[in-house]
Amino acid sequence: MATLNDYLLVSGLLFTIGFAGVLLRRNIIIIFMALELMLNAANLSLVGFSRFHVRAGLPDYNAQVLVFFIITVAAAEVAVGLAVIVALFRAKQTTHIEDLNSLKF
Amino acid sequence: MNPAPWIILFAPLLAAAVIAIATQPLKKLSSYLSVAAVAVSFFFSLLVFGSSDQDVSFNWIDLGSFQIRIGYMIDSFSKTMLFIVSGVGLVIHVYSLGYMHDDRGRSRYFAGLSLFMFSMLGIVLANNFIMMFVFWELVGVSSYILIGHWFDRPSAADAANKALIVNRIGDFGFMLGILMVWSASGTVMFDELSSKWTTLGLSAGYTTIAALLIFCGAVGKSAQFPLHVWLPDAMEGPTPVSALIHAATMVAAGVYMLARVFFLFSGSAGALTVVLWIGLITSLLAALMATQQDDIKRILAYSTLSQLGLMVSAIGLGVPVAALFHLFTHAFFKALLFLGAGSVIHSLHNEQNIWQMGGLQKKMPITFWTFLIATLALAGCPPLAGFWSKDGIVAAAFEHNPASALVISVINFFTAFYMTRLFLVAFLGPARSEGANHAHESPPVMTVPLVLLAIPSLIAGLPLVSHLFFSEVESSEPSIPAIAVSLAVFLGGTLAGFALYRGKNSDPLDIPLFENRFYIDQFYAGLVKWTQDSLAGIAAFVDRWIIDGGLVRGLGGTTWGFGFALRFLQIGNLQAYAFLFGFGVVLLLYLILFAS
Repeated sequence: MATLNDYLLVSGLLFTIGFAGVLLRRNIIIIFMALELMLNAANLSLVGFSRFHVRAGLPDYNAQVLVFFIITVAAAEVAVGLAVIVALFRAKQTTHIEDLNSLKF
Repeated sequence: MNPAPWIILFAPLLAAAVIAIATQPLKKLSSYLSVAAVAVSFFFSLLVFGSSDQDVSFNWIDLGSFQIRIGYMIDSFSKTMLFIVSGVGLVIHVYSLGYMHDDRGRSRYFAGLSLFMFSMLGIVLANNFIMMFVFWELVGVSSYILIGHWFDRPSAADAANKALIVNRIGDFGFMLGILMVWSASGTVMFDELSSKWTTLGLSAGYTTIAALLIFCGAVGKSAQFPLHVWLPDAMEGPTPVSALIHAATMVAAGVYMLARVFFLFSGSAGALTVVLWIGLITSLLAALMATQQDDIKRILAYSTLSQLGLMVSAIGLGVPVAALFHLFTHAFFKALLFLGAGSVIHSLHNEQNIWQMGGLQKKMPITFWTFLIATLALAGCPPLAGFWSKDGIVAAAFEHNPASALVISVINFFTAFYMTRLFLVAFLGPARSEGANHAHESPPVMTVPLVLLAIPSLIAGLPLVSHLFFSEVESSEPSIPAIAVSLAVFLGGTLAGFALYRGKNSDPLDIPLFENRFYIDQFYAGLVKWTQDSLAGIAAFVDRWIIDGGLVRGLGGTTWGFGFALRFLQIGNLQAYAFLFGFGVVLLLYLILFAS
């Protein structure tokens, strides 16, 4: 049977992959997807904590509530973020991150 | 408790308040109210004059160890002063009814006069320093209001400011003096002080400085050198105001105060010497300035300065009674001179230059004769009022300080000289202008006060009359040399005036130094400008280099510098930011979890 450590390991891996994607990929949509991956890594560890933190025979639902919050926030973020990206693309005709540097000094 | 002094004091205040609050638009009623109030004061002053001496006070503010008391002190000094202030005040109020008849601000004028009477009577009645100081300042304020009565004339507004500011300089010294007296003796009551002051065992330096600081107040209010500059300018006010405030009463307040607190001076020879010579310098300078002025009111103003100087020097000679006696006679004839000048000015349609007058003997007989009486009284013609009071001072000078007797004789010579000049030029000879041609006598409301003032100018000096007011003067043997010198000086001055100015149409003398008042005003203006410029320079330096350069630009520059350094981090690579962010999170986690 899988232990808490297994869940946390998978969650850590997912997070690392996500973060690596954010750092290394050049396409802004891919970066966005990697960000979602990081959010879901957090969700996974929360669910794991919930499952293994049993009180009076019941899992800890606080963590699960937090997961729903994260999902909601992520959905809102996707809505805003994709809209920004679409607007950006209309303005610049690119989704390549190295071309989006007009705010630098 | 005798209510009369309180009625004397508060009747004018009541009138001023009623005029200010209720009867402002009813000009006629306002003026009669004011006259009625001063008449009440005069009536009760006469009653008080016959009553016995008293000293009454009650607590006004109680601060534990220190009480501020309000009270009155009735003795021979204050009885005489009450008589002068309310009597001359009453005559001048009546005269104002005529002189200010066409003025738009009549209500304001009479309210100001009443406020002034209240303040002046307060000084006279005060039995302690704090109360006197309060009324002292009130006198300053009301004189400001009255000098600036025609405030739409810039010169009048400036003169009012000048009077107030110059007086403040003196009053500051006065206040310090009061504090010194209080801190040494623990009381500000005159009667306690007079018995206590010499027994306190204070050092000579302390008493001298305290006395001189008190004297500062008199220097400001009685317009002594070097603070005399405000008085001639104060002639911008209406002529009755000049007569009331700047001849008979307010400027006499300083002399009265010195006589009242003479016990502070009597123990200090140094202070007395300073007072004596300040008085003499003022008197001599003013007499010389008066010889070259062309404005009738200014001549009288300088003459007032000169006579005030004489009074102050009498204090310095240690004879306060002689000073008050001269104050007493001077109040009548100087008020008469001013009112006579006002009558001339009024009938010549505001012409004040004596060279534009002349030929007034037939056209204005009452003004002419009363002015002649006052001129002779001021010049020191026996047996008119001025002769006796001046003689008292000259005699004291001969006795105590012969050098000052010489200076006083010179002053009296010039007094006779410039008064002769004024009278010859302004009243005699041919009419020298269109206005003088058409001059006519003033209405009775103005000429009756002239006659009323002419009577005391004639007789106030006679021993019979003066002993009524100055009973404590031991009738000393008349000093023959003093009388001889006084007479000689009067005759000399008058004859010199006749010789030089008889039948002249322009001034045969031209002495710019006297005409420009020894350039003292210019010197003060330069001094003030220099002080102000250098202070402004320092302030500008501080503002430009320390406030602006150090604080404002320094703060701005520091912020800008940090911003400049930090903007090199904005390299425009999103993933570098993300890396820094992640690195920061890791660093924080490390610090929180492992380092603490």
